[in-house]
Amino acid sequence: MNIQVELEETGNKLTGFIRGEIDAHTAPVLREKLEMHHNKEGLNAELDLSDVDYMDSTGLGVFVAFYKSVNAKGGHVKLVGLSSRLKRLFDITGLGEIMDIESVGKGGN
Amino acid sequence: MRPFDYVEMRVPAKSQYVGVARLTISGLASRIGFTFDDIEDLKIASSEAVTNAVQHAYSEGEEGEVVIGCALYGDKIEIMVADHGQSFNFEETKAKVGPYHDQEEGAFLREGGLGLYLIETLMDEVKVHHQEGVTVFMTKYVGGEQVEEDVETISS
Repeated sequence: MNIQVELEETGNKLTGFIRGEIDAHTAPVLREKLEMHHNKEGLNAELDLSDVDYMDSTGLGVFVAFYKSVNAKGGHVKLVGLSSRLKRLFDITGLGEIMDIESVGKGGN
Repeated sequence: MRPFDYVEMRVPAKSQYVGVARLTISGLASRIGFTFDDIEDLKIASSEAVTNAVQHAYSEGEEGEVVIGCALYGDKIEIMVADHGQSFNFEETKAKVGPYHDQEEGAFLREGGLGLYLIETLMDEVKVHHQEGVTVFMTKYVGGEQVEEDVETISS
């Protein structure tokens, strides 16, 4: 039950790779790391979630907060590599409609 | 002999135990033939319930415990999560929980937010009981679609 968050900011671009499980215990780690970048003007963030094995509403909360902050500064957040399980979590909560999400699930949609 | 096996966990109301509860429930669910997708749903729903209980304990400044009771039947799993640290008389508590519709429980729903919404969506039956804390009682039936193909291809 762990999380690894790698974030690299180059110019206006933030590239991130998240591995492991996002739950009540690990979400604060993710939130803290993302908050180091969310105030930048016009940030173009792309977060790869292909190695996220588990996520629940605490993770959704972190991504929504990040999305809101970045959008407020004229930036953009894209989540990529989501499994169909993860994509489903965004879809059933309605967030899939709002956020820019790219799923790798073969049976998606 | 009662018609189900009963397993109860008592964990400190700390976030690091949410994953422990989730993995245990995953193990129990796999013993009664839930599909991979149903087990994933159970993991999320039970994590949401335990997270609510943990966060409730934190907001009250308590060093509480969370009790998670699981009743395993041939065709379903019933999970109770309580934030007041008392062991269940499972059948007695089950008899007391009703569908939630009154004002007070509406407040819990808002407080629980997305978490309770997910519990409702991912489980077949959900009841919430308020007395000496909050008890969430949820049921999921084995069945649905017994899909054998690659789990990655299953979507909503």
